[in-house]
Amino acid sequence: MLEPFQYEFFVRGFICAALVGALCGLIGVYIVLRRMAYIGHGLSHAVFGGAVVSYVMSINFFLGASIWGFLSALLITFTTRKNKIGTDAAIGIITTASFALGVAIISRFKSFTRSFDAALFGNILGVTETDLLAIIIVVIFVGAVVFLGYKLFLFATFDPEVAQSYGVPTAWMDTLFSLILAATIVVSIQVLGVTLISAAIVIPPIVARLLVDNFKLMIILSTLLGSFCGIGGIYASYYIDVSSGASVVLFSALIFILVLGYTSVSGRLKVRRTVTSHERRRIPQDSGTFD
Amino acid sequence: MQNTEHKNPIVELRGVSSGYPENVVLSDISLTINQGAFVGLLGPSGSGKSTLLRTILGTVPIFRGEVLIDGKTINGKRPRLGYVPQLETIDWNFPVTVQEVVMMGRTMNNPLFPWYKTEEKSRALEIMERLEISSLANHHIRALSGGQQQRVFLARALISNPRILLLDEPTSGVDIRTRHEVIHLLQELNDQGVTIIMTTHEINAVALHLPWLVCLNGEIVDSGKPQDIITTETLSRTYGADMPVIQHDGMPIVVETPRPRDHQDTLDSSDAHESTHA
Repeated sequence: MLEPFQYEFFVRGFICAALVGALCGLIGVYIVLRRMAYIGHGLSHAVFGGAVVSYVMSINFFLGASIWGFLSALLITFTTRKNKIGTDAAIGIITTASFALGVAIISRFKSFTRSFDAALFGNILGVTETDLLAIIIVVIFVGAVVFLGYKLFLFATFDPEVAQSYGVPTAWMDTLFSLILAATIVVSIQVLGVTLISAAIVIPPIVARLLVDNFKLMIILSTLLGSFCGIGGIYASYYIDVSSGASVVLFSALIFILVLGYTSVSGRLKVRRTVTSHERRRIPQDSGTFD
Repeated sequence: MQNTEHKNPIVELRGVSSGYPENVVLSDISLTINQGAFVGLLGPSGSGKSTLLRTILGTVPIFRGEVLIDGKTINGKRPRLGYVPQLETIDWNFPVTVQEVVMMGRTMNNPLFPWYKTEEKSRALEIMERLEISSLANHHIRALSGGQQQRVFLARALISNPRILLLDEPTSGVDIRTRHEVIHLLQELNDQGVTIIMTTHEINAVALHLPWLVCLNGEIVDSGKPQDIITTETLSRTYGADMPVIQHDGMPIVVETPRPRDHQDTLDSSDAHESTHA
């Protein structure tokens, strides 16, 4: 059972998956509650374009891809605010165009030595010390932002218009959120892959929401679940020999199905118990005799 | 248009045009609301009732004119007002408890500290007890009745001790008993000195029982005490439909079966309006 841990690459990947899973679970709470699930999917594709451009221009991958993702998120916000374009349409245009740019550059320059399969689907073998360091820095940064801005993010997510009227700087909060989302996606790419990140962002908070009705508990549970799914997925990937991203997402989906089944059954039992208890409390009434 | 019941102006709109970039909802609004007033904004859907509240809050663009709160212009900074939005705009599946919603009203008192101080929690409990929702503090907001939900958002507005309370359709979608409770509660707050501005589309059940009304339809049609301004002519200009007003025990009652006016009626009505003001 402990066999995979004799390999250094696995231990490093295991730690990365735990941290990345927690990060995605934490950010995912706000994504799900703002009904922005599609932006996680779109931004991860936009970041792919940024990663390729960074490679071609010999810019540090983390820096280049983060800036690219952040600018894409800002462009989406700007487009939806200034024009008659819905958020989903803006995400579809901007992020897909960015992804297409990445694909076009790869097609044009055949001399790529870096594997972009790993960027698309995640590869635990490719996780380096630098990746781990970048993940730790982003975890600390995002954790600090969410911790210090807890009250502000809660109000701005629940009731943005009223929050604004109370003085919450909602526009700045949106910008800051775009930045931490872009940073999260960039450091998650190596483990989860561009095409699979959105599921890792969305599934843990949805599972947490099925189990709790309290915002604070949902954040804690989603973060822990994300980490658990990361660990479980990476561990399973070693034995079933599939890409780490696919393994993490499939493991998360399995957890989702189990929790959905549990909450559906327990919900029905609760209703049945309530009805039975209500019927027992009722005073029997004589319906009378009709001749 | 001025509410003359009280002396000190607390909210002033001077020639304000506001709304949204592609839709100027309010045109040339001049309105003075004095401290301690209880004002109802009446008008059809799309008449600018909610936009007027948002203009006072500073959350919609003001294209012309200025808004003053306590004699100071709100340009560039948000006035501290209590605001209760329409319940229809709330996401009832959002995972928050009653207490978490109430505490949101204190967010900007210590924004970068994730916990609330003991005195803030005590204040929240005090407000919730006053509104009879303290026993529901740890309940999810969806688990409450319509009246209780309205009280939760009222508590969030009151926790920062606002001198002005803005409410958007506080009696919309609730039963008669809850409507009475909400209006009674607002009257109590008003008696304690809180200036109240609320929107409503319920003429007989709510508007007629408020001390002061402003009839809106993109601009101010009329304002005054209900018994003075609730007339067939004013309602016709406000709603664009004939709404007969009858008198019962000295109180006007509106027969709410509006008939759209035809072109000739419109001309007749505007003639009448001009002669009244002449």
